[in-house]
Amino acid sequence: MSTSGGAAAKAAPWKDQAAKPYVQVEGISKSFGDFKAVNDVSLKIYKGEIFCLLGASGCGKTTLLRMLGGFETPSAGKIFIDGEDMSGVPPYERPVNMMFQSYALFPHMNVEQNVAFGLKQDRVPKGEIQERVATMLDLVKLGGFAKRKPHQLSGGQRQRVALARSLVKRPKLLLLDEPLGALDKKLREHTQFELISLQDKLGVTFVVVTHDQEEAMTLASRIGVMNHGEIVQAGTPSEIYEFPSSKFVADFIGSVNMFEGKLIEDEPEYVRIGSEELGGTIYVSHGISAPPEAIVWAAVRPEKIFMSTAPPEGSDNVARGSVQDIAYLGDLSIYLVKLPTGKVVRVTQPNTSRHAEAITWDQQVYLSWDATSPVVVTR
Amino acid sequence: MTTAGRLRRFGVTGRGLVVVLPYLWLMLFFVVPFVIVLKISFSDIDLAIPPYKPLLDWVGKNSLAIRLNFNNYAFLFTDRLYVNAFLNSIKVAFISTVLCLVIGYPMAYGIARAKPATRNVLLLLVILPFWTSLLLRVYAWIGLLKANGVINNVLVWLGLIHDPLTMLYTPFAMYVGIVYSYLPFLILPLYANLEKMDWQLLEAAEDLGCRPWQAFYKITLPLSRNGILAGSMLVFIPAVGEFVIPALLGGPNALMIGRVLWDEFFSNRAWPVASAVAILLLILLVPFMMWYQNIQARESAGAR
Repeated sequence: MSTSGGAAAKAAPWKDQAAKPYVQVEGISKSFGDFKAVNDVSLKIYKGEIFCLLGASGCGKTTLLRMLGGFETPSAGKIFIDGEDMSGVPPYERPVNMMFQSYALFPHMNVEQNVAFGLKQDRVPKGEIQERVATMLDLVKLGGFAKRKPHQLSGGQRQRVALARSLVKRPKLLLLDEPLGALDKKLREHTQFELISLQDKLGVTFVVVTHDQEEAMTLASRIGVMNHGEIVQAGTPSEIYEFPSSKFVADFIGSVNMFEGKLIEDEPEYVRIGSEELGGTIYVSHGISAPPEAIVWAAVRPEKIFMSTAPPEGSDNVARGSVQDIAYLGDLSIYLVKLPTGKVVRVTQPNTSRHAEAITWDQQVYLSWDATSPVVVTR
Repeated sequence: MTTAGRLRRFGVTGRGLVVVLPYLWLMLFFVVPFVIVLKISFSDIDLAIPPYKPLLDWVGKNSLAIRLNFNNYAFLFTDRLYVNAFLNSIKVAFISTVLCLVIGYPMAYGIARAKPATRNVLLLLVILPFWTSLLLRVYAWIGLLKANGVINNVLVWLGLIHDPLTMLYTPFAMYVGIVYSYLPFLILPLYANLEKMDWQLLEAAEDLGCRPWQAFYKITLPLSRNGILAGSMLVFIPAVGEFVIPALLGGPNALMIGRVLWDEFFSNRAWPVASAVAILLLILLVPFMMWYQNIQARESAGAR
């Protein structure tokens, strides 16, 4: 999994205690009637980051974004952008621009007028408007389309007009609501990398809302995973993937095998978990903080499981089962292996050889994994 | 052979029938009367029943003479009365349209932005007046506006005025009547237009630095242009030829072309002149109707 993540990714300012956050969200909540759309969220976003808010629909990510833009008034809490309190500041006075999911291009204006709209509003001199609009259109590769109306453009072109329109005002913060949601898969992948290089060039801080975990992984310097109006974990894509802090995050990002079990040995350097679901013990080479005998879950990613026909060494982290289903995806294959306990384990293996000795349906196989592979979560 | 098949042999099809019937209706009740009126407008006045001379006449044995009298039209331009009546009608229709727009635009906007459930109730309230006859509603306004009518009585009772205000038979009463009667015709097409509007565009405008009123002026207003024009035409076109409301509510000097037409026809029994007035009125309004049609066509093309 590659993480590009924009200008801030290499510097990792979130690790630096002294670094000043560019956007600071303090205990923000938003209720609609009885429904709490956003519940006590606190966040620090640093200059030059691409911060992705990731979650299923209805998790409050769009509401949070709209509060940053000033389109919703928080029920509680405060937002600071570049040190300034944004409470009571209307959208038209915020140093923030938003790219809407529907793009919201003005249908009665051509591309050039759409992009120039915000600059005209700020009474930027005419010559400068022309120059900045032309530069921006070249940057999003729409130089020849200035006189077209939105309905004469393709989906991808409209997306780039919307991007140009929101970037031309040089906002301190750009909010993007599902920026690639309306594009088809091929175009989306291509546009993801364009978006990153554009952000790198301009150094604008991005906050992106998406429900697509792959998109978040590709774009983000950091991801905030949201569920029921709360940020359940925030971290770099690899932190989120390799060190999920809860069952929800482990499950939401990628696919995972979750084994429920009880702590039987709890040492500072290792733990051993007895799992009825696995029908054996799980040995993890790091300590965790949980009371003894606690119910915990060991999460093992499908690509970290080895599958063999011969029994592996040792008695920890081993299971035996029969292959129930195989999905051949070309670059890799997915195997569903049923354990005697009834638990179905998902295993992915790269197809490194064209003539590999094939494991087939109903074959008895052994599953095993390294002691470093499982992540133990307590909730 | 079935009946349908037999009919088809004579060129009668379901689709044809559906189109032909309304056209027959229009032929009978619009084109034929129009041709009759056109014919009368070119004939001479006569003291007879009907009060005009025929256009066609047998002169001698084998020749048929057509006699077209253009004097009726010429007469309309020589007497200032008619020109003034035309100009005044256009003025009244124009002012009424502007008043309808000023009152109707906020209403249409409010309905379009209301919650769906509220929206239906509000629309029903706009259409409700059509459930009774226009004449009855105009008479109701007489009851409201007259010297000892409801409004004056309430104002006197409240002590705001001592003597009743003269409202009935003034231009004020006429405008009240016209605006009241034609307001729904402006609200409905405007609502239909505003209802299709993507309100996120206003958020986008605010995001780019517009205050709410600037967003309205720069986004909502230009995007509702077709609705404004269509609604205005629906008020302006019939208001030019309006007769009943000025006759009942306006004063004796409310000189409108509909009134003139009525007087020529019934009081003076000058059918040819009255017909000429009617034809000129039609010619005057045709460009507006074509404009309206054009807007409608553009609107439905835009919806696709």
